[in-house]
Amino acid sequence: MFDIRPVETDYVRHRAAQFRDQVVRRLDGSLTEDEFRPLRLMNGVYLQLHAYMLRVAIPYGTIRPDQMRVLADLAQDYDKGYGHWTTRQNIQFNWPKLVEIPDMLDRLAEVGMHAIQTSGNTIRNVTTDAFAGAAADEVTDPRPYAELLRSWSTDHAEFQFLPRKFKIAISGGAKDRAIVASHDIGLRLIRRDGQTGFEVWVGGGLGRTPLLGQVIRDFLPEEELLPYIEAIIATYNLSGRRDNKYKARVKITVAERGLDVFRAETEEEFARRRQAFLGADREALAIFRDRFAAPAFRTAPVAGYEAQRQANPAFRSWTDTNVKAHKVDGYASAIVTFKAPGQTPGDASAGQMRLLADLAERFGHADLRVMHDQNVALPHVHKSDLPDLYLALRQAGLATANAGLTSDIIACPGMDYCTLATARSIPIAEEIADHFRAAGLENEIGNLNIRISGCINACGHHHLGHIGILGLDRAGVENYQITLGGDAYDIPAIGQRAGAGFPAEEVVPAIDRLLRAYLELREDETERFIDAYRRLGPVPFKAALYPETADA
Amino acid sequence: MSKAFTPSAARPGVITANDLREGHNVWMSDAGWSPDPAQATLYEDEAIAELALLKAIGQSDRVVGPYLVEARRGPNGPEPVHFREAFRQTGPSNYVHGIQARKSEANHV
Repeated sequence: MFDIRPVETDYVRHRAAQFRDQVVRRLDGSLTEDEFRPLRLMNGVYLQLHAYMLRVAIPYGTIRPDQMRVLADLAQDYDKGYGHWTTRQNIQFNWPKLVEIPDMLDRLAEVGMHAIQTSGNTIRNVTTDAFAGAAADEVTDPRPYAELLRSWSTDHAEFQFLPRKFKIAISGGAKDRAIVASHDIGLRLIRRDGQTGFEVWVGGGLGRTPLLGQVIRDFLPEEELLPYIEAIIATYNLSGRRDNKYKARVKITVAERGLDVFRAETEEEFARRRQAFLGADREALAIFRDRFAAPAFRTAPVAGYEAQRQANPAFRSWTDTNVKAHKVDGYASAIVTFKAPGQTPGDASAGQMRLLADLAERFGHADLRVMHDQNVALPHVHKSDLPDLYLALRQAGLATANAGLTSDIIACPGMDYCTLATARSIPIAEEIADHFRAAGLENEIGNLNIRISGCINACGHHHLGHIGILGLDRAGVENYQITLGGDAYDIPAIGQRAGAGFPAEEVVPAIDRLLRAYLELREDETERFIDAYRRLGPVPFKAALYPETADA
Repeated sequence: MSKAFTPSAARPGVITANDLREGHNVWMSDAGWSPDPAQATLYEDEAIAELALLKAIGQSDRVVGPYLVEARRGPNGPEPVHFREAFRQTGPSNYVHGIQARKSEANHV
């Protein structure tokens, strides 16, 4: 298991004490709001629509049970009993009082957690495959590299004032589950001629200018990771635009200057920088590899699991959708979706967090992963324990068998919480989920990624949804644009706008027409919505969304 | 965000902000900052409103980010015009939290 070194805990405590002092100085008038704002943002404190919001970092989504219990305590003692999993594998608390946030940071520091670099123009939380160290298709475990990037980028003096925020994702699977192509830097672990290395992507991102990244290096030997990443970010730090916030991300730098120019500058920088790396990164990586050593997997019969699958259709259904292949015989990874009927996507109560902590200790080698799709995974569960795990989850209302299905919707907080939002996301997500559950179509439709954002900044990843929904303000009324054909995983793609937006009450009927058309159009039940869309193109799907236009 | 809004008799406005210490939404009333939007002072005169906004900005030891925003005269005080302000005056739609929770508690007393 990952173990925080004492020195880092000291650093985190130091930063918490600093913030406590900054809050005192803001309250006594020594600091103006203009002076205080960047300081609070450096500690993950935003001011949102109804209250402050604290975003806590969960490095690459990996969290221990004792840390999860502290999150539960914070939800109970300083919030309204819940927190919200984010698409950067972090957690947000929606209702903290500014005067209590220093206490929250102290509680977090006790378990080595913090809110540093969850905001601001810095290198943000490094994300990875939620099944890292467990997935059957893994080249190698990406977490030691993710931790190397995290520890290197934390408080990195050169990169505290980048032109804009900077997001890195790293994926170790043959299948990309970390959305490498839509990050400022995306890293895919690959093996070539017996050597482990990275395929390095740069310049991807969503927001108002959605772009897929491009491969800047098709093979980077793994020992060159830090100097090369440092060279990319140093190049961007100098050439990225600071005159216009909307053109400041590296995706614009690469698009405007061209990949070849950006690559040449990066390689030149790399040649200089690699001289300065004298091996400390290699030593750190060796330590991190030990920290992420595999747990003591056990050997036990799995006949009971198979028998339960045969005997209990509800359990079988849950294992079909929420259980994934593990690299160790007899083991599986289990997904706990936070998308139950009536539940806000990604919201977890204090009680649910504590239950996850308990279950991870009982059945999951004390390991939990916050997933970018706002669910939580237990990466290592022996199959013989799955029936008991399922039962415990079901009793708590956490055994919804919908991972990857219509109701497993990613939704940003939208205008229910966010001060940047132009429309609400959560009610649309709930209405779509309720509608297709009631219609009994969810299993028939099969794998479908619906992604909803309440503004153009795209925290809900709408561009990557097979069906994306973007909430906008049209003349003082909420209005929703639909995009089609996005894909985060198999063949990364940015969804294309289907046509005019819909008022809130027409979104569910429109999605209903769309999916019923898909069921008519598909070749057979193995052809997913996105596959049918790729085969047929947008025309028949647009016709379903806009029947009047099609008739005319 | 309509921070550049200028009120007039035809389109009056209120001044709103967030409480510095706790973060909740507050409105400028005749008696100072209030958590109750119905208590908000309705400004119909541009000059008076701008002066009040300057005063509000000067109270940065109490509030964060004060701004003028359109409101309409209602039977029980000013009412929101834009849906964003309507949400600020109630709370999120997924839980009974925020101002709607205080109102619902008050109704049960």
